[in-house]
Amino acid sequence: MKVFMLGWEFPPFISGGLGTACYGLTKGLDHLGTEIIFVLPRGPEKLQLETSPTTSQAASQRRLGTFRYTRFRTVDAVIRPYVSPGVEDEPEPVAVGARRAKVRAKGPAERVRIIAASSSEGPGGHYGGDLFYEVERYAGLACEIAASEGDFDLVHAHDWMTYPAGIAVADMTGKPLVVHVHSTEFDRSGVHVNQRIYDIERAGMTRAQRVICVSHFTRSIVLQHYGVDPRKVDVVYNAVEENGTPESRTLPPITHDEKIVLFLGRITMQKGPEYFLAAAKRVLEVMGNVRFIMAGSGDMTRRMIELAHQTGIGHKVLFTGFLRGDDVRRVFRMADLYVMPSVSEPFGIAPLEALANDVPVLISKQSGVSEILSHALKVDFWDVDEMANKIIAVLRHPPLQATLRDHGSIEVRRLSWVDSARSCLKVYETAVSPA
Amino acid sequence: MASVCFYFQVHQPFRLRRFSVFDRSSDYFDDERNRQICRKVAEKCYLPANAVIEELATRYAGRFRVAYSLTGCVIDQFRLYAPEVLESFQRLAQTGAVEFLSETYYHSLSLLYSREEFAEQVALHRRTMQELFGQTPRVFRNTELIYSNDLARIAAEMGYNVVLCEGADNLLGYRSPTYLYTAPDGIPVRLLLKNYRLADDIAFRFGNKNWSEWPLTADKFARWVNQINGHGYVVNLFMDYETFGEHQWAETGIFEFLRHMPSELFELPGNDFKSPSECAATYPASGEYDVPHLISWADTERDLSAWLGNAMQSNALHELYKLEPAVKACGDPTILRDWRRLQSSDHFYYMCTKFLADGTVHQYFNPYDSPYDSYINFMNVLDHLRSRLPKQDAEPAPRAKASRARSKTATPTAKAGRKPRSQKPKAS
Repeated sequence: MKVFMLGWEFPPFISGGLGTACYGLTKGLDHLGTEIIFVLPRGPEKLQLETSPTTSQAASQRRLGTFRYTRFRTVDAVIRPYVSPGVEDEPEPVAVGARRAKVRAKGPAERVRIIAASSSEGPGGHYGGDLFYEVERYAGLACEIAASEGDFDLVHAHDWMTYPAGIAVADMTGKPLVVHVHSTEFDRSGVHVNQRIYDIERAGMTRAQRVICVSHFTRSIVLQHYGVDPRKVDVVYNAVEENGTPESRTLPPITHDEKIVLFLGRITMQKGPEYFLAAAKRVLEVMGNVRFIMAGSGDMTRRMIELAHQTGIGHKVLFTGFLRGDDVRRVFRMADLYVMPSVSEPFGIAPLEALANDVPVLISKQSGVSEILSHALKVDFWDVDEMANKIIAVLRHPPLQATLRDHGSIEVRRLSWVDSARSCLKVYETAVSPA
Repeated sequence: MASVCFYFQVHQPFRLRRFSVFDRSSDYFDDERNRQICRKVAEKCYLPANAVIEELATRYAGRFRVAYSLTGCVIDQFRLYAPEVLESFQRLAQTGAVEFLSETYYHSLSLLYSREEFAEQVALHRRTMQELFGQTPRVFRNTELIYSNDLARIAAEMGYNVVLCEGADNLLGYRSPTYLYTAPDGIPVRLLLKNYRLADDIAFRFGNKNWSEWPLTADKFARWVNQINGHGYVVNLFMDYETFGEHQWAETGIFEFLRHMPSELFELPGNDFKSPSECAATYPASGEYDVPHLISWADTERDLSAWLGNAMQSNALHELYKLEPAVKACGDPTILRDWRRLQSSDHFYYMCTKFLADGTVHQYFNPYDSPYDSYINFMNVLDHLRSRLPKQDAEPAPRAKASRARSKTATPTAKAGRKPRSQKPKAS
């Protein structure tokens, strides 16, 4: 099986779960011997430095060390999903390179920030601020790469920004198209759906031979809001890389008197930060020695800081900004409980990372990951009292925390990207030779 | 001779309502849900099954026997929600074909945590049996057939000379549950051992179309019983009464099976039905059944891990029984009743995290989405109950640090409470 794969981001330079998921799945497929040509917008400088200097095309190609059957080809653009419209009051969570300039997109493209490398290399180094133009340009470049690549069996496109490229390559080559839904416009924007993005999502799902959703939760959105034939929609769950990294255990212990409840994620509407604060207030009515940490950044950060102060719990809530690497592991080590109160979470890899770091989790029922975790506390995101009830129980009853942690860390170790890749291969087989 | 000894367990717990840490009411039980379940099981199981038993008792006057153990919880619920079921049991008592057994009133694990509470609950249950059915039970069965040599000794001290328990393969070895045994060390107690293969054929496999013996007909089962003839005395078919019509739906033919099994059995010469007391009076003991560690009839492990398998369960039980002195000192009968209803083993069964092997069975009977929800709910109720106790008598409320220390050592206080983790009979 040879796959022409279209993605937007890849670790370590990511802003959300999409990059993590693409990396894990690709690694799993690679492990199973699947040949992959992974087309990526131009990545960070490091990636560029390793790029073959002979490339005179808009795309360059390289092979990462850990991959045996995967080749990466980059096109000259960096466009990241997940940035919402509104106030941007935080420094960018992800450093994509030392030199960069932010270009605020206009009109419907506001929710996506375009970052163009300040030093342009080769054709396409300079481009405008319209995301949709970029998406189309990416489609064109992807077609050029596809034409230069020769034969492959199918096209696999991750999330809406690559769907036009996926459709173009599939149309050009006549190969089957698989689109992978990591999130939908309904998850990201609630009722304020961007019609143009919705149209692209729908076109991709309609054109595709198979649609992969990251959960049944997402599958039901795809069926309900996009009118896709249920017979062609499959679920392939995500997994977690690096289960319980050994070095995290060698970090010096952190001593603190207070119980710590952690929110870690983008502080945006989709992640439900205001429900976290409302539950915090209820918890603090019952117990005192608790601190709530909100780690992350996003367009609702300032509003959340204000809300914490307005409700009189400001002194109990700590905003850390965006954390990475060892800082993430440190904050996990401090935490007694990780809470993910997402309003709509297609999957949610972060709770798996929390469990892998031996932190019990309380997750919203409106999440894909709640379908695969038994050893987790679950709550409707809007049920603030129940969220507080469960937080208090974990903090008050160490046996609860211990049981969740012990079983949860075992459960999360059973999840493997190779298994996800295996399910993905089954979808490929159906796409290539329909029954 | 091969004697079939039927014993049916009848029990419904008082399920808790959703009780948040913010709740202020002392109303802990989900009356509506308990009423609905009691009514449903009455219609599907208790009433039709009692009708069949009454029919058999009448038709085979003096030749058909069956034994029941009704918990105090289920009797209380019959009184509240289904008095006609209680009346039908009283009619059965009058046929003379039915023996009623002793157990703890609240279907509790009190044996493991408080001998005093255990003795009080057994006495309460015995009085209830006398009042309702005009019988003084002579045979003891403990909650979920939890048993060890210690229990035999305690039961003997309480005046029982027959005790029911599980016929566990690892304890029996080459021996068969079709014989009677005695407890070791001269404890004057006869043991009737559950024949889990034949009992589970009815209780668990009857309606399973993938089972190689499906469909299990009355004459086939009678032939299996008849094969015991000459290789033992008894076939102890101990099971939940809810097998009939609730676990095995009426559509599986379970009631027809029950109705026709006696006539098929009587057609083969040398077989009959006996009550537990009659078995013990008729047949000799064939050896000692030595059970140093606790066993039960649950799951494939036949141990206590369904109720005491994780830290939450042992913590909840430990905290519950710690309240005993304060509850009994306060003299409030409502508090005592609430505390005792919290002792039903079901509350701890819901907290079981053995998801993979036996988990499916647990989930089927579990009113909670997860064992964690069940623990949180139980502990909230327990915290509230503790708040109703007079301060000077109450234990200090468990704050996180205190109970962290306790959780490490939270094992049953009774000597019998050691968990037989190493024992693992093969799956039935």
